[in-house]
Amino acid sequence: MQRTGSVRRGHTWEHIRRNWGLYLLMLPAMVIFICFTYLPMYGVIIAFKDFKPAMGIWGSHWAGLKYFERYFNSYMFGNTIVNTLVISLYTLAATFPLPILLALMCNQMYAKRFKKVFQVSTYLPHFISTVVMCGMIIMFLSPSSGVIPKILGLMGIPVGDLMGNADAFSGIYVWTEVWQHVGWDSIMYIAALSAIDPQLYEAAEVDGASKWQKIRAIDIPMLVPTMVTLFILRCGSLLGVGFEKVYLLQNDLNIARSEIISTYLYKMGLKSNQYSYSAAIGLFNNVVNFVILILVNQISKKLSDTSLF
Amino acid sequence: MTSGTLQHAGARSNHIRKSRADRTFDLIIYTIAVIMTLLALYPMYFIVIASISDPNQVAQGNVLLWPQGFSMEGYSYLFSMGNLWRGYLNTILYSLAGTLIMLAVNIPVAYSLSRRDLVGRGFFTFFFIFPMFFGGGLIPTFIILNNTFGLVDTFTVMVLPFSVISYYIVVARTFFQTSLPGELWDAAQIDGCGNLRYFFTIVLPLSKAILAVIALWAAVGHWNSYFNAMIYLRTPEKYPLQLVMRNILINNEMAASAMTGSAAADINRKANLIKYGAIVVSSLPIMTMYPFVQKYFNQGVMIGALKG
Repeated sequence: MQRTGSVRRGHTWEHIRRNWGLYLLMLPAMVIFICFTYLPMYGVIIAFKDFKPAMGIWGSHWAGLKYFERYFNSYMFGNTIVNTLVISLYTLAATFPLPILLALMCNQMYAKRFKKVFQVSTYLPHFISTVVMCGMIIMFLSPSSGVIPKILGLMGIPVGDLMGNADAFSGIYVWTEVWQHVGWDSIMYIAALSAIDPQLYEAAEVDGASKWQKIRAIDIPMLVPTMVTLFILRCGSLLGVGFEKVYLLQNDLNIARSEIISTYLYKMGLKSNQYSYSAAIGLFNNVVNFVILILVNQISKKLSDTSLF
Repeated sequence: MTSGTLQHAGARSNHIRKSRADRTFDLIIYTIAVIMTLLALYPMYFIVIASISDPNQVAQGNVLLWPQGFSMEGYSYLFSMGNLWRGYLNTILYSLAGTLIMLAVNIPVAYSLSRRDLVGRGFFTFFFIFPMFFGGGLIPTFIILNNTFGLVDTFTVMVLPFSVISYYIVVARTFFQTSLPGELWDAAQIDGCGNLRYFFTIVLPLSKAILAVIALWAAVGHWNSYFNAMIYLRTPEKYPLQLVMRNILINNEMAASAMTGSAAADINRKANLIKYGAIVVSSLPIMTMYPFVQKYFNQGVMIGALKG
């Protein structure tokens, strides 16, 4: 592609002129992205200002790092960071390996119709909306009429009011997340497994390999690149625990363990109108996420040659 | 691909007798699979049987496996709830308009980015992918949408500002790169066909699979989302279904459990009565559609998994 100055430039303009249609095709999306995604990135400077709506983003006075300091010094800082990390690491520990196990299992099923039923039923919960999901969780765990306390009670395990128990919050969040998405998250691994050359299995069988040995020697190594890619992506959102579900499951009794960065930021920003403070929390959160993503990506590039960019 | 592997496996098992360890292995796999299938389906099954059972039986926790004391009271009450049906209608409108806009803005970008002769391809790819990893955040976005564009509480805010989705662009771009032969464009060019005409008359008709994938993802996304509506809508008449559902399922629950006495018990009974039916009614379109279109969803995830 490297060409000397004038020739290359002429060539380039020629290309651009000939392909003006391609730029036109991108135009609507570019306008939307600039207005509603990139402009807010510029708007993030209100984190360093005393934002007054009347004075606008640029006109408001600079406040330096005041709002960051306020967050770092508030007692909510430690609280929200710890809650966010507990929920996200717990979620990662459960929802990262389980889809892989599910895919390996699915790959061992040779009864075609059964496999189909199994896949459709484990994918199905993925399509339940967050609102309905949270409604179901609250109803199922209700101490007076919920199914789960009822069943556990029949088995002799009293559980009490789980939604009102702050220590149970992360567990409820994570295991309902597993229930809802484990099937769906396994699709990529199932796709990777179905691309394995059957000759590999035949060769292994000739050598007398058992099913378990085939899984360990063929299936798992073949899944590693997919695992690494998905793992990096997941690490990039360690502090980005989904607002939607946590917010809906929060109540006064579990708030000590359920107030995460994004819910706190929402309450500060849109409920108490502390725009600059809330923007500072949001910026801090996004920067940390971004740095973790880059770090994990670089480490993975060094260790396994798999990376996003 | 999959069926080839399967046939192969079938042939294999006829020729080679399974060892005892392998048979135990199969037994364990199928047992776990049966348990998981039941665990996945039971909560949804429970919602359906609870919605047609006598609410008192449900409240006492007597409904576990079969409906108890058939009753349609919940549904008949639901049909009289104007806000639910208005929410339903709003969601249909938001989903239709939102899906069309998403197709119209994302697919053309994906096509342009898939073309290797696009000058500035690296820059444009970065421009469209970067927001996947970094953003201004909730508050700056809200201020721009509210103060700069005055979009709060409008129809537009529900369908336009968040319509460019980096992930859809990546998936569709991979599709174009892997399924459109480069010679096709060369041949069209020789015939004097421009980029736009080529895109609309040749690329799009060949890309129905990816259009279906993106349309389904977008439609489900719109149908199930409540966040943007909660942030940007003010008038209850504009609320989509999920926000109405939140008020029925989440907020009522809290309000009712805060009270005591027999009045509270009655409110609780009524609130619970409609919850199961409301879940069924709100989830029905997607749940019934899903088994028929699941192959498109899977295809999309798999295309996205290919590195392009």
